Amino acid sequence: MAETHHVEEVHVSNRTYVAVAAVLAVLTAIEVMVFYVEALSAVLLPILIVLMVAKFALVAMFFMHLKFDSPILTGVFVWGLTVAVLIILALLAIFGALI
Amino acid sequence: MEMPTSTGIPNRKLAMWTFIGSECMLFGSLIATYLIYKGRSLVGPYPDELLNIPFITVTTFVLLMSSLMMVLALSAVQRGDRRMTKVWLFMTPLLGLVFLAGQYIEFSHFVHEGLGLSRNLFSSTFFVLTGTHGAHVAGGVLWLGTLWGLAMTGRLSEKNTVSVEIAGLYWHFVDVVWIVLFTIIYLLQ
Repeated sequence: MAETHHVEEVHVSNRTYVAVAAVLAVLTAIEVMVFYVEALSAVLLPILIVLMVAKFALVAMFFMHLKFDSPILTGVFVWGLTVAVLIILALLAIFGALI
Repeated sequence: MEMPTSTGIPNRKLAMWTFIGSECMLFGSLIATYLIYKGRSLVGPYPDELLNIPFITVTTFVLLMSSLMMVLALSAVQRGDRRMTKVWLFMTPLLGLVFLAGQYIEFSHFVHEGLGLSRNLFSSTFFVLTGTHGAHVAGGVLWLGTLWGLAMTGRLSEKNTVSVEIAGLYWHFVDVVWIVLFTIIYLLQ
């Protein structure tokens, strides 16, 4: 018979949640400001990708509790995410839209 | 109280994460389709003529803040604070409805400008991608509205923490998908 473990809850302070939300709002404002700055148009893609990944990671780590929760859940999510990114890259390559 | 499991993770929570993993693939294929056909429309209106960045920035902010409301609802239910559970569980789907109203206004404007679903490659991929996301938001609003109804009738307590947590996971996933779509569709024109 498989060994069983008691289920544990993740508790994060409300102050942390509010701080993360404030950072998300600031990053969104930076994204939009960068979009309107003509001088940054050459490096717009990498800047926006970095900001997007940062926001994505903040929500996943703190709001979805992956930073505090079981690594199994991170594995399940990262697996799906990895396959999704590979699907995108493969389809873009097949249809000649990668570069 | 959840039953002990072999992983220490509630089965419903593990199921939700597995579902979220599969949803990544669904949105991945829709995003790939959008990117493949990007800039290949033969007739207008074109995205740069229609996309309203300030307006979408506001609805994006609303959706981000709804995620904050959601975690505050989870925190309240974990503490057994029934009053604040009701408040945050009301605010979360309310902000979701505001986001959906924004999407309705945007879609209506596009159609008014002649950009129907089958007008060009941009419209087909844009409406399918953002419409699929909007359908997910609508599903989340119904789910969270139901939880709020249970809270209002005294049928949601700290014993139901996992029920609120998995609804929250779904809601945050909808949020992270929009973080990606906001960048890809609106900012990387």
